[in-house]
Amino acid sequence: MRREGSPFTGVGTVALKEAADHMTSARMHLIMLLVLLTAIGSVYGAIDRIRDTTAEDPHLFLKLFTVAREPLPSFAAFLGFLLPLVAIALGFDAINGEFNRRTLSRLLAQPIYRDAVLFGKFLGGLLVIAIALLTLWLMMVGLGIMFLGLPPSAADIVRGVAWLAVTLAYAGVWLALAIAFSTVVRSPATSALAALSVWLVLTVFWSMIAPLVAGIIAPIDPFDPMSIVNRFEWQQLIARFSPQTLYGEVTGLLLDPQARSVGPVFAHQLRGAVVGAPLPTTQSLLIVWPQIVSLVAAMLILFTLTYVVFQRQEVRA
Amino acid sequence: MSAVVLEAKGLAKRYGDAVAVAGIDLSVHEREVIGLLGPNGAGKTTTILMLLGLTEATEGSVTILGKDPLRQPLAVKREVGYLPDAVGFYDQMTGRENLAYTARLAGMSRELAKERIAAALARVRLTEAADKPVATYSRGMRQRLGIAELLMRDCKVAILDEPTSGLDPQSTQELLELILELSQGGMTILLSSHMLDVVQSICSRVALFNKGRIGFFGTVEELAERIGRGSFLIDVEADGIDLAQILQGENGITSVVDSGPGIWQVEAVSDVRPTLARRIVEAGGNLKNMNLRRARLDEAYNRYFREFANAA
Repeated sequence: MRREGSPFTGVGTVALKEAADHMTSARMHLIMLLVLLTAIGSVYGAIDRIRDTTAEDPHLFLKLFTVAREPLPSFAAFLGFLLPLVAIALGFDAINGEFNRRTLSRLLAQPIYRDAVLFGKFLGGLLVIAIALLTLWLMMVGLGIMFLGLPPSAADIVRGVAWLAVTLAYAGVWLALAIAFSTVVRSPATSALAALSVWLVLTVFWSMIAPLVAGIIAPIDPFDPMSIVNRFEWQQLIARFSPQTLYGEVTGLLLDPQARSVGPVFAHQLRGAVVGAPLPTTQSLLIVWPQIVSLVAAMLILFTLTYVVFQRQEVRA
Repeated sequence: MSAVVLEAKGLAKRYGDAVAVAGIDLSVHEREVIGLLGPNGAGKTTTILMLLGLTEATEGSVTILGKDPLRQPLAVKREVGYLPDAVGFYDQMTGRENLAYTARLAGMSRELAKERIAAALARVRLTEAADKPVATYSRGMRQRLGIAELLMRDCKVAILDEPTSGLDPQSTQELLELILELSQGGMTILLSSHMLDVVQSICSRVALFNKGRIGFFGTVEELAERIGRGSFLIDVEADGIDLAQILQGENGITSVVDSGPGIWQVEAVSDVRPTLARRIVEAGGNLKNMNLRRARLDEAYNRYFREFANAA
């Protein structure tokens, strides 16, 4: 049975309304204040450290994002940790909030498809995150220029923008997860808790679980050196189920032109290589392309699952 | 007869083994006000959702304004307005902003929307509260805002689910007057309720729902004919007898209810006052008063549903 009319009727309206709601909500203000303060702190620390140590580094600008001074984490590590929180805060009551306010049935009685509601909610959240990220990024660049007195090179900008795009996809994964929970779970508090537990497991405990599971699947045989490599590869595979691992690998490659691989490197592979020579931007991108694709795929899969559940859901309160 | 705007044939909805709606037929003409009546859980809301295409029917078909709500949902929803049970609005937004949002969703231009919203708010007397957040609105005001939304969208058909539930008598009356105005303005209206006496004044026809079926569909007068007549209520006041005992086995008497010392309410299929008087006197009682009245429609209606419940 084919339906008539475009499923995208009203997507823009819903997305803009959602974005406007987020922009004015106290929840968003609080969490952005937290992000902003920590960001300023980590950049300040990084600038201080860059001045002290790596004054002759050719990619000084990218170091702004990755260099950390104890006890503060680097800006990139810090986004990897806090962005999921922002995304969950924006998405955890997307659908069940409408349901509890009893606005869902009225909304669905408007001349739009259900698709538009879900899609609009997702786009609205992503739009807000994109605006926040861009602002943060520009702020970092500005602070860097001000304090280091050094304009970024074109290559630095390209890498920085590519990294920004991947960061958005990473946030999108968490937003899709939060909206998925908001569709399946009827109570906003439960859905927020569920999303936060997944976040906690994947960002904090996953790095402990991965070696444990890898050790069980591929135990190390003391007489077979390859078994160590085998085990490491298993561990890496399991660790990559966490979007944070993927994001960390992309960050490492994109923001450090000297990095060459995300996996183990053997001595013979390094023969003839000029250690410390930077890779072209496209080569760095190629190395982490699978990670980037995985992030986007995770986002799409979560969104599709939500979509299927939402289409079949009863709207009556 | 005017054109048929809504037609349902053999509409049924099952959730696993549970039957919510067990095959109903409904045909609504232009400018009619139809009351869907029945106790909670009788299948009214499910029927409404199926009519709108918000829930897929297990069996049967619906045609609204010549369109199928499952195949052409956008075209149907553009012309059919729905006011859900206990309608919700975005609390932080003002009444006007809430309407502006639905106007944008309907694809209305900004100028047209502004004009129509102002007119609609004026008609439901919400102009003064229009720029306050909906969080400050009373229940009656929210319902009126819901009506304003239907007015603004200029729907041809409006489906209202329990529009008067939870309202005080004055707000109920105001809302019913508004609905009557909508109908006079050319809108076809379906409204559900579990209170017959509330909506009987504005409905041109009513459908009685019970256990997922329509037990009766017709005008209020026909309903009175069917379930109200044939039942005579006689209040009897007498001393020194037990009326229930005396009348045992008497033909034509349905029930005798003791409603106080020396007062009974007798229900019968015909006017049995002469028989009653003779019986009481023969038994040596003092007959003080006897008063015949016809059953009120809402009494008959309530009895109708009680009988259904007992029969099941």
